[in-house]
Amino acid sequence: MKIKSIHEIVNREYQYGFKTEIEPGVQVKGLTEDTIRFISHHKKEPEWLLEFRLKAFRHWQKMKEPHWAHVDYEPINYQDVIYYSEPKAASADDKPKSLEEVDPELRRTFDRLGIPLIEQKKLAGIAVDAIFDSVSVATTFKEKLKEAGVIFCSFSEAVHEYPEIVKKYMASVVPYTDNFFAALNSAVFTDGSFVFVPKNTRCPMELSSYFRINTEGSGQFERTLIVCEDNAYVSYLEGCTAPRFDTKQLHAAIVELIALDHAEIKYSTVQNWYAGDVKTGKGGIYNFVTKRGKCAGNHSKISWTQVETGSAITWKYPSCILTGDHSVGEFYSVALTTGKQQADTGTKMIHIGKKTRSTIVSKGISAGESSNSYRGLVQVNAKAEGARNYTQCDSLLIGPRCRANTFPYVDIQNATAQVEHEASTSKVSEEQLFYFRQRGISAEDAMASIINGFCRDVFRELPGEFAVEATQLLGLKLEGATG
Amino acid sequence: MLGIQDLHAEVAEKNILKGITLEVNPGEVHAIMGPNGSGKSTLAKVIAGDPNVTVSRGILRYEGRDLKDLDPEQRALAGIFLAFQYPTEIPGVNNASFLRMAYNAKRKAAGQGELDPLEFDEVLQERMKIVQAPREFLDRNVNHGFSGGEKKRNEILQMAVLQPKLALLDETDSGLDVDALRVVADGVNRLRSKENAVVLVTHYQRLLNYIVPDRVHILVDGRIVKSGGKELALTVEQKGYDWLSVHGRTA
Repeated sequence: MKIKSIHEIVNREYQYGFKTEIEPGVQVKGLTEDTIRFISHHKKEPEWLLEFRLKAFRHWQKMKEPHWAHVDYEPINYQDVIYYSEPKAASADDKPKSLEEVDPELRRTFDRLGIPLIEQKKLAGIAVDAIFDSVSVATTFKEKLKEAGVIFCSFSEAVHEYPEIVKKYMASVVPYTDNFFAALNSAVFTDGSFVFVPKNTRCPMELSSYFRINTEGSGQFERTLIVCEDNAYVSYLEGCTAPRFDTKQLHAAIVELIALDHAEIKYSTVQNWYAGDVKTGKGGIYNFVTKRGKCAGNHSKISWTQVETGSAITWKYPSCILTGDHSVGEFYSVALTTGKQQADTGTKMIHIGKKTRSTIVSKGISAGESSNSYRGLVQVNAKAEGARNYTQCDSLLIGPRCRANTFPYVDIQNATAQVEHEASTSKVSEEQLFYFRQRGISAEDAMASIINGFCRDVFRELPGEFAVEATQLLGLKLEGATG
Repeated sequence: MLGIQDLHAEVAEKNILKGITLEVNPGEVHAIMGPNGSGKSTLAKVIAGDPNVTVSRGILRYEGRDLKDLDPEQRALAGIFLAFQYPTEIPGVNNASFLRMAYNAKRKAAGQGELDPLEFDEVLQERMKIVQAPREFLDRNVNHGFSGGEKKRNEILQMAVLQPKLALLDETDSGLDVDALRVVADGVNRLRSKENAVVLVTHYQRLLNYIVPDRVHILVDGRIVKSGGKELALTVEQKGYDWLSVHGRTA
């Protein structure tokens, strides 16, 4: 089919909507203290973790779901969600011990998603933790990383193998009291990734986690913790997809990053959850995620880069708490909404230490009947002498029925702060497309070129190969955009 | 090359072209003149395949093919080029890479390999001389922040790069000062050959001093009311269009 108009370009089919037919193992629906006890017991967790979960749950029961975001959705029935779902072949009771033992069907699933669970030479630059519903099914290059002193494993494994580190840092950036969805996650979280880079170590590979929700009605509540000690560096990327179902699915994750003195964490996300039916809005993921990094050490740096293309609803504000003097926080975001998607996303930069710096570059692309909002807070505390922030928010509208909003909040308590804000709104017009086409360039390539140009400042922050992936993800070809 | 017979076309459900008949052969330069709102630009657009223009009746053929069956990009790849009256701005898209995309699209359609940026730069250097385009043109985004004159010159640069068989210049002269007009006209003249043809849509005779047409057609209210040689343009310059709209239909 030849694609001719803006309408056809932004309404293409979701290509990761397939479902893996695999024998289910344990599944738990509904939410009570018993659910939590069951999850904790099934995962053979230590008592302290169960206690943490129960405290979080009791707190959550007293909380109200937040509705301040610029999104609109049917109420969620929290008793109707599957909180734990594992394929039988990757049960927490009987976890495959080596990569070779991974169930072939699961392996095929990840192959199809472009995530081969093997340790080949040509893949030597990237280690992967693959998470399917509630369990991690494999982590590649674990041993090789260990030689460099880097710990990369599933969160569940870390709880058993490195309890002291987990205990020390878990919930130190996002306490369970933080917000409604953080409390929910703290109560029922299942798997996620754990990264620990010790002092004076530069992680020798890109680390990545791939999250896949497969079971209808199932939620995903992963938890990721990344710690970089003094002078350490890591670059980490997460990707996510889900099958096409007619019912909404809940995804409520927590990601915590901790950077000590002179440490640097680069965290990139390519989010492509199922967005729901383009025309009716049926189905899709509710993506309610709390991501926060703490620049605890002096001269530390945390950089968030996100390419958000999926989910029916996105509610997500990857943030930086700049505690260390001279610490740096960055947020680079591309959020693309089409069909009936709604996104309310942005960041918080909290300046506490002296001479702290932050940069925010947000690119919102809205098409179809979608709604795309940037919401950001720049806060400079009284003692943050000489703090600086630069914010740039650009919106690109495609077609006449979409919406874009910007909600920037600035809270300055120190007169030495320098804060800059720039914003723009532009439109892709049929005239522009005709101009390209009259020069022999297809409408599809034209759109790719325009969107690519718009997103360039963010894409160049992504690790090389992922920049290409992100580009393709937006339905684009790199051609013409790199010149 | 271009065969148009009794062509009727609409824009926003309004009849604009009301029976155009026109034959353009390789090597020829045709000028389309006429008062405001007569349908000159619409004629250029319908040949290029602007989606806002709908053919309601008539024949529109190019090199033996029915243009109505071809998408705008197919027409472009077949050698039709429209220099826009109001070239659109495309922020974020670099001019040099835009030119390379267009050039490579053409090469690909011809079964040739695509050129990388370095290879293409050599081609570009050559073609830029034809229109005396400054080097900094390439570093800017397509038409973004260009003055009216720069936009027109950028159109001719694209024409020089793509070397079309049939070039439609839609009021390329408007908004140009005399010096810029000379540069643009000179560029067009250098691109002329026995194989290609040019259709100039213009308001004024001025451009025709520089690009001398073989045929001049006067368009009034969606119809060609008079055709003639280059001297017809001079007559129009002196007498205006009024005498044609009265007598023209029977002429």
